Amino acid sequence: MNGAQDMGGQMGFGPVVPEANEPPFHAEWEKRVLAVTLACGAMGHWSIDASRHARETLHPLDYLGSGYYEIWIKGLEKLLKNEGFVSDDELRAGRALAAPRTPNRVLHAAEVAAALARGSPTERPATQPARFALGDRVRTANEHPAGHTRVPRYARGRIGRIEQVHGAHVFPGTSAHGMGEQPQWLYTVAFDGRELWGHAADPGLTVSIDAWESTLAPVA
Amino acid sequence: MHDHHHHSHGHDHDHHGSELSPLEARVRALESILVEKGYVEPAALDAIIDTYETKIGPRNGARVVARAWRDPAYAQRLREDATAAIGEFGFSGRQGEHMVAVFNDRDTHHMVVCTLCSCYPWPVLGLPPVWYKSAPYRSRVVIDPRSVLAEFGVPLPAEKNIRVWDSTAEIRYLVIPERPAGTEGMSEAQLAELVTRDSMIGTGLPRSPEEGT
Repeated sequence: MNGAQDMGGQMGFGPVVPEANEPPFHAEWEKRVLAVTLACGAMGHWSIDASRHARETLHPLDYLGSGYYEIWIKGLEKLLKNEGFVSDDELRAGRALAAPRTPNRVLHAAEVAAALARGSPTERPATQPARFALGDRVRTANEHPAGHTRVPRYARGRIGRIEQVHGAHVFPGTSAHGMGEQPQWLYTVAFDGRELWGHAADPGLTVSIDAWESTLAPVA
Repeated sequence: MHDHHHHSHGHDHDHHGSELSPLEARVRALESILVEKGYVEPAALDAIIDTYETKIGPRNGARVVARAWRDPAYAQRLREDATAAIGEFGFSGRQGEHMVAVFNDRDTHHMVVCTLCSCYPWPVLGLPPVWYKSAPYRSRVVIDPRSVLAEFGVPLPAEKNIRVWDSTAEIRYLVIPERPAGTEGMSEAQLAELVTRDSMIGTGLPRSPEEGT
């Protein structure tokens, strides 16, 4: 969706402000948000794509006005409510009011290290050959889906070249919406800066995105 | 020190609501409900936090870079299959399942971003810094990376090309900066001390031996 999360090329946000010797967290509650987000994800009821979509469907004012972990907890609350694990009444009350829904899994402390070290690989066996090869010229789709997409607006309808071929990977456009993994070939597509940003672009700039096969068309 | 004894940081949460900011209260409420309903185990939450606070961070990536600088065979493995080469150190998993290493050279400087969220290679760099997740960086590095580099105080020759990697899938990128001059004969551990987090994102350069650690 064309939400506030799609920031590439937007202007007016001001300077980047690095913090010297930045700690991993700036407050105790940030730690708790990270932990409950990962632990709830481990219940196995939604994909990382659904998590991202939950965050990017926040109202743009809310998204832009919220810090990173604030966006995370708002997204997590949405997912938990959508899946029937918690209710608005419970969130208001700050305690359980109804019997729990039984999750697929509960992450136990003894499993944490192994679960994090394993992660959630998204590569899947390819069921057909790749359509594109290294060096091929391709054009990204100029599509504006209402649902989840990983093609940023700045790179839609642009001509680039295939720079890496990554195998078949879970497709976020379906995975985010409970429509299955439907893996597709994934490519790194590199664009000349001028193709993206016009004649004022930095002449030495190349930008790439990672794009799934259905979002690319061949260019003669 | 100020007297903070009334702020308990353990699990014996006995605060009055008025002491908490609305956001703290919101997080506290959600966690309480999740524990009460049996969806999350408090000890598992602590284990997750401990992992990212004390076990996983940019020193991991620095070891990878240092070895790539000293060992051409390792650098080659890193080019061919970065996930496996990084795995030789035991670094793997969440947000680093599919790694690609990109090597700076005389002609090209690499930079990594996630314009759509904040994808970042956790197993080698830890959790992302606030600036990496911020709108200024995500919006501008793809259109005007030299101005971003200037804000980081990175002097890049005008003739050097800039290659920006927008992490729009589950591939995670690690920048291998150029080895600083005057480091011949340094050990892997000494070299790793020169590798900064930002030099592995592309918003910095490694320290020189003169700068030291």
